Amino acid sequence: MIEPETVLKVARLARLELSEEESARLAVELGRILSHVDRLEELDVTDVPPVMHGTGGSDVYREDAAGPTLSVRDALANAPDAADGCFRVPKVIDDA
Amino acid sequence: MTDPQPPASGIEYEPVIGIEVHVQLRTHSKMFTPAPNTYGEGPNTKTDPYTLGLPGTLPVANKEAFTLAIRVGLGLDAEIASYTKFDRKNYFYPDLPKGYQISQMDLPVTSNGKLPLANGKVIRINRAHLEEDAGKAMHTGGDASFVDLNRAGIPLLEIVSEADMRSAPEAVEYLERLKLLLRYLDVSDCDMEKGSLRCDVNVSIRPKGMEAFGTRTEIKNLNSFKAAEKAIGFEIRRHTSVLQAGDEVVQATMLWDEDKEQTRVMRTKEESADYRYFPDPDLPPHHISDSWVEEVRATIPELPWIRAARLRSLDGITEYDAGVLIQDRAVADFFEQALAVSGDAKATCNWITSELFGVMKERGHDITSCGIPPARLGELVRLVKDGIVGSGGGKKVLHAMYGTDKDPAALVDELGVGQISDEGALEAIVRQALEANPDTVSDIKAGKKKAAGAIVGWVMKETKGSANPGTVNKLIRQLLG
Amino acid sequence: MTAPWPQIDALAASVRNRERSAEETVRTALERSSAHEDLGIFLHVDEARALDAARAVDRRALEGHDLPLAGVPIAVKDNLCTREVPTTCGSRILENFIPPYDATAIARLQDAGAVVVGKTNLDEFAMGSSNENSAFGSVKNPWDTTRAPGGSSGGSAAAVAAGIVPVALGSDTGGSIRQPAAFCGTVGLKPTYGRVSRYGLVAFGSSLDQIGPLTNRVGDAARVLTIIAGGDPRDATCSNDPVPDVTEALEGGVEGLRIGLPKEYLGEGIEPSVREAVSDAAERLAAGGAQVREVSLPHTSYAIPAYYVVATCEASSNLARFDGIHYGRRAVASDLATTYERSRTEGLGAEVRRRILLGTFALSAGHYDAYYDRAMRVRTLIRRDFELAFESVDALISPAGPTPAFRLGEKTQDPLEMYLADILTVAANLAGVPGLVVPEKLVEFEGAALPVGVQLMGPMWSEATLLRIGHYLERTRGDLPAPPIGGRS
Repeated sequence: MIEPETVLKVARLARLELSEEESARLAVELGRILSHVDRLEELDVTDVPPVMHGTGGSDVYREDAAGPTLSVRDALANAPDAADGCFRVPKVIDDA
Repeated sequence: MTDPQPPASGIEYEPVIGIEVHVQLRTHSKMFTPAPNTYGEGPNTKTDPYTLGLPGTLPVANKEAFTLAIRVGLGLDAEIASYTKFDRKNYFYPDLPKGYQISQMDLPVTSNGKLPLANGKVIRINRAHLEEDAGKAMHTGGDASFVDLNRAGIPLLEIVSEADMRSAPEAVEYLERLKLLLRYLDVSDCDMEKGSLRCDVNVSIRPKGMEAFGTRTEIKNLNSFKAAEKAIGFEIRRHTSVLQAGDEVVQATMLWDEDKEQTRVMRTKEESADYRYFPDPDLPPHHISDSWVEEVRATIPELPWIRAARLRSLDGITEYDAGVLIQDRAVADFFEQALAVSGDAKATCNWITSELFGVMKERGHDITSCGIPPARLGELVRLVKDGIVGSGGGKKVLHAMYGTDKDPAALVDELGVGQISDEGALEAIVRQALEANPDTVSDIKAGKKKAAGAIVGWVMKETKGSANPGTVNKLIRQLLG
Repeated sequence: MTAPWPQIDALAASVRNRERSAEETVRTALERSSAHEDLGIFLHVDEARALDAARAVDRRALEGHDLPLAGVPIAVKDNLCTREVPTTCGSRILENFIPPYDATAIARLQDAGAVVVGKTNLDEFAMGSSNENSAFGSVKNPWDTTRAPGGSSGGSAAAVAAGIVPVALGSDTGGSIRQPAAFCGTVGLKPTYGRVSRYGLVAFGSSLDQIGPLTNRVGDAARVLTIIAGGDPRDATCSNDPVPDVTEALEGGVEGLRIGLPKEYLGEGIEPSVREAVSDAAERLAAGGAQVREVSLPHTSYAIPAYYVVATCEASSNLARFDGIHYGRRAVASDLATTYERSRTEGLGAEVRRRILLGTFALSAGHYDAYYDRAMRVRTLIRRDFELAFESVDALISPAGPTPAFRLGEKTQDPLEMYLADILTVAANLAGVPGLVVPEKLVEFEGAALPVGVQLMGPMWSEATLLRIGHYLERTRGDLPAPPIGGRS
């Protein structure tokens, strides 16, 4: 129902590494789950609107007032690597 | 690659250009969190838990960002959505701490707008939608990149045009007029250097007369309109060369290399992302009422091109003059207020653009900080027009007025630069001048028009510059018959 | 043997009256947590901080501040952010993460004088029904330490059941408060979606998650709800409507209430002893003047597939931020792409990775309509089932789990099997309606004496009614014995 290659593609999208063995196993597991999910196809949902938001609420805003900031120290406190007030990461290859 | 020069013969292609502009809205706080929206401070000084993408944090929409988006929609004569919502655009990048950007996918806040160019051609605007900006990843050339999240979360309006432009200059005109509009609407400072206005350009070409679009490339990270013009021109020539060589254009994202003056590939289509858009469950939808739209409409100023047309209709104002005056809404306002006092559009325009601008530039001011109330400038123009003071004296008065609220008429007296325009007062001196310069008089009578200048000069010297040259000339003509 | 905790209202009153101090109260909780370390309940206990906080409460009490929860020791699930206190979500990827802010619900409890004594163990990122998915070991059920406490709020349920604290906070996305409450014999309340601010709750399924209390008494759950519920400018999905005082009419009884037994919740696969517990409770309701009748929620069987699509899609996006870049554990790697992949693969457990893959797949190009969009429409059908049912009844009563607590290790082989067991709880999250679990009786199951609870569900915003019904069931049930480990008396 779902091919191991598809699982690998999805894993790349999700930034997860999978060995071949894992992707084969997951293809089976996810396949079973997706088969069960396919039961949703049994229902006629024409003219049934999707639930967009939990409470059916709408129009929630904030007034445009500036609030408090974290100190640079606090902002970087959990950073795995930081330097010169910035988060430091292995080099980004392209410029976007 | 060197700048490709396509061969002279072959199919005629027309360029097809569309532009996406991202403009930062000038709110006090970020789009979905109260952290401040400011520029130019040390890295990571403008963050809060939401900006950092910390777990457990939630977005709440900034109302002012909506108001500004509605302003832009109205300025573009676009439809304002009565129902709009936010969607998540999912991708991984170090400047995107949540691993997704909150944006708008299928129900943008405005759509179907238009922007007129000078020649009347209308560029259609597909949509303008709200989203949050990402942070900045900086590369210093070593093994690491450095991420500053100050910019992350600032409200952006993404304005997407249809592919209606047909040349690089036309594209630049679109950008300039869009920027002018946005500044008139006071939604952003539109400063490309600061990054508050950014544009990505989509370029393709197709044989003239064809409807179908050719393969396009996207040029990103342009840092000025000039760079955009060059880059678009380069891409058009490059596409043309490729097609004329019998090859196919590869869909790609390009960067403009300013030093080498050419584009280079950043990534090709195969690597393009699947954003997995879905409605953001943390943000209930928004209804934009007609009354809200009307409230905003009441605050929209006269659009720049409408104002330019109106100013153009004033006596003596050329298209060029109108263009200069409307470049900055505050200048146009100043002009009209000064005009109300002076009554002379052309003279007022000249005094502002030639003289006042010069002084402002010296002092590093703009029209709002120059400290001359427009009415005072109008009074000065009137004084010159009425001959009370000459243009030279007027300039001295202007300098003395600058930064004060002083009455120009009083300054004329104070500085002793009053001009004598009364014929009776000047007649005697003119007579003296004529008597003192018989050779010049002969020249004048012989038809040498410029000879009168020497007489005027003599009179000016005698009167220490306070004679009205116009009156002197008139008297010369009268006395010499 | 551990002495029972009094009602928290009485406990707080005695601290305010200085019959006891907050400090000694908190110290008792800390001692009990040390005594039960083998249950694996806590991931973090900061004694010094808790005692400092307790002393501050004593000072405030002395100054006459209004402190409805003065000195009440609480445990909070470790997916709730606590300022300057590690918050791991039971995951390696956050093993060193210390938030700079408190969740709103926690801040409100602390303002009211409660003291956090520790962060409780949970299934990693709240994904699981047994607390076996934690990266830091499983939690043992105080009733039988070879059994699971339920999940994902297993640690919180066990902390209350073992008598360590009278109140714990949990979170519920598909049953994660209610099912462990049932397995551990405690009260567990999942409020209406939007009743309690989610600010500070590490998001799993954003349109499903709610924070709620686990307690030994219905009245205590009611009290906690009044403190934590209500609008929050930091959560756009939290209702600003005024919160009724749900402690007011607790003793009102059930005369005249119409109670429904949804037949789809009492079908095959429900253990006979669990079924019996529900009918015992239904009988007592009838005896109290309620009308009990069968109702139907016809789309119930579609709730599992709908839930697993919605929850995993939202989770795949919510967990994208765990990448080792700005916080959390970063893997050693020389290039950025590997940093992302390795940090996430090493830092996230198998169940979490499985759900992220499922959600990513369901949202990926070409699949949105068939999965997320369809699931959200089926969700409307499920909501309508409840709305229709609530036209003829005021509340529903059902089991909270098909069986009592299962053995550790029993269910972890087949993920689909685990998912199917959630059938009794997920519909409430999809519909947004509140659910309250109240312990009903002890039963014999697989040779052990284990608690069984009943679940009450009502229309949105009907917590007051559910608590009133729960209170009635509690006081007409009589006392239940304590678990062998810790507990009531």
